[in-house]
Amino acid sequence: MKRMLATSLAALIAGGSMAAADEVVNFYNWGNVTPPELIERFEAETGIRVTVTDYDSNDTALARIRQGGHGFDLVVPSNNYVETWIEEGLVIPLDRDIVTNIDNIAPEWMDVDFDPGRQYSTPYFWGTTGLIVNTSVYDGDPHTSGIIFDPPEELSGRINVVPEMSDIITMAIRYHGGQQCETDTDILRQVRDTLMDAREHWLAMDYGNIDAYVANDISAGVYWNGGAMRARLQNDDLVYGYPQEGFSVWMDNVMVLSDAQNPEGAMKFVNFLLEPENAAAISNFSRYASGVVGYEAFLEEEMRTAPEIVTPPELVGAGAFSIPCPQEVNDIYSQIWTELMQ
Amino acid sequence: MAEPRESHRWKWLLCAPALTILVLAASGPLLIVLVYSFLTPGNMGGVIWEFSTEGWFRVFFRRDIFDPADVSLNTAHLTILWRSVWLSLQTTVICAVLGFPTAWFIATRPANTRTVWLFLITIPFWTNLLIRTFAIQELIRNSGTINTLLIWAGVIDAPIQMLFSEFAILLGMAYVFLPLMVLPLYAAMDKLDFRLVEAGYDLYASRLQVLRHVILPLVKPGFIAGSILVFIPSIGAYVTPRVLGGGRTLMLGNLIDLQFGQGRNWPLGAALAITLLVIVVAALLFYLRTLNREEGPRHG
Repeated sequence: MKRMLATSLAALIAGGSMAAADEVVNFYNWGNVTPPELIERFEAETGIRVTVTDYDSNDTALARIRQGGHGFDLVVPSNNYVETWIEEGLVIPLDRDIVTNIDNIAPEWMDVDFDPGRQYSTPYFWGTTGLIVNTSVYDGDPHTSGIIFDPPEELSGRINVVPEMSDIITMAIRYHGGQQCETDTDILRQVRDTLMDAREHWLAMDYGNIDAYVANDISAGVYWNGGAMRARLQNDDLVYGYPQEGFSVWMDNVMVLSDAQNPEGAMKFVNFLLEPENAAAISNFSRYASGVVGYEAFLEEEMRTAPEIVTPPELVGAGAFSIPCPQEVNDIYSQIWTELMQ
Repeated sequence: MAEPRESHRWKWLLCAPALTILVLAASGPLLIVLVYSFLTPGNMGGVIWEFSTEGWFRVFFRRDIFDPADVSLNTAHLTILWRSVWLSLQTTVICAVLGFPTAWFIATRPANTRTVWLFLITIPFWTNLLIRTFAIQELIRNSGTINTLLIWAGVIDAPIQMLFSEFAILLGMAYVFLPLMVLPLYAAMDKLDFRLVEAGYDLYASRLQVLRHVILPLVKPGFIAGSILVFIPSIGAYVTPRVLGGGRTLMLGNLIDLQFGQGRNWPLGAALAITLLVIVVAALLFYLRTLNREEGPRHG
């Protein structure tokens, strides 16, 4: 009897410690870019369980976290949103005692304007906003945003434009020779008119899923390089275009939320993502480049030479890192955008 | 004499908790929406606590972005409003046309098999709406089942563009809301006294005459209830136009969503939400009035 009591007590203690180990980190990330094996690896290493919830736009993520009561620990905003997150106190500084891998961040991604010295954020991946074209439908030059704004006849009614305000308006501004955060009224007027006219040629304004491009439900569109590469790997006809009029380079960054349930576990996860091998796992899955030093060693061969990753030398100059625009500029953009979305 | 008054008081007292929740839960959120519709949009979403009627103004009018003095009717909003009403009306008619024979078929089965048929009607509800909507996408996409079959059979050479169109939205909504028409119609037919139908035939009425003068008037309440049940969720539909309309063919629900997300104009979104509510209430009032007119003489 005594022994039975002892065993059940032991079982209880074991059970208790197992319950303590059943720690959870809730990861709020962009859809379809979190490799499942990475999560498994983290769980195996730390015993912390990870749940992943998807979002499809910076605005969605921001709105949801602002409301509170979300239960998430980590979020991955784009560079031009990072400052908003910090200013509004939605995220906390990184705990350098836990995030010891911070030095693995590549020097060019370390002292960034949106988070100098990486106090709050670490790179998840970076990429470019360009175009995707199905060459079996249209075999002209894919490296121009004219494909979207003044589409060739073959592509009219077959275009998808991602509903990301800053991406699309900035692309249209560059199409008219302007700069990011342009305030010139003449250019903005042209931008509005171009968008309103071009819209008639668009089939959808959706987060065009990879399948739709592969199946040729959509034959061209504004897309991000990693998504374009994943589509191309399933359908050779697809090419990625770098608009010669100018295109954006961006980075999505992991941050820990102020109302995180498990900030310590979240910091451990941030640290884990900065291991070159893990950074490479994200890149191999999502097809975006990493900001972590030494990840190349673990990269799949096709990633090293992919035209979606390696910008053609003559078009490198057209790329510019995206910046957040002042509120008064955003106001005008929002108005153009709302008109467009109607 | 004291007895009934006592029990009357108790009745209210016992209802109080439920009533409190009902009043708070129904009017509280609505009040917040109403208040927000009169505020100023905040930076990147949210609101600033400054009174403004701009949200309401923009529901119906638009100012030119570059020339704020240039005010015109907001045709974009009116187009979406009209599209929502029109698609919902079409959905209601399609559901009625398909629902009537279906309900009739079930109502005329032997009593013991009717439950099985009704049970079959509810089967679609077992699967999540989103998944069923994506399944429709699979059917009608360019490389989907229907186009592939038609091309294989040689009926068409190139796929028909069905996905991301108003047709797709209509198809999706009619499919989703059909059971909501069948069930009240069946309930009305279940109560139908079939002896009246026989009497009609005995008096040499043709089949069409029996349908028009006997059956339809008797199942009319079912039609009205079904129409309301289909029309109201249709006009606020969000998932179907989002998935099948491709984000360019907006309905009211999507327009409201847009203002709270990418549009970053919560007051306008709140004002639009109340506009939608007004339309729904108007439809309900219309329903009650028609119903009263129906039942008025019968009781009087």
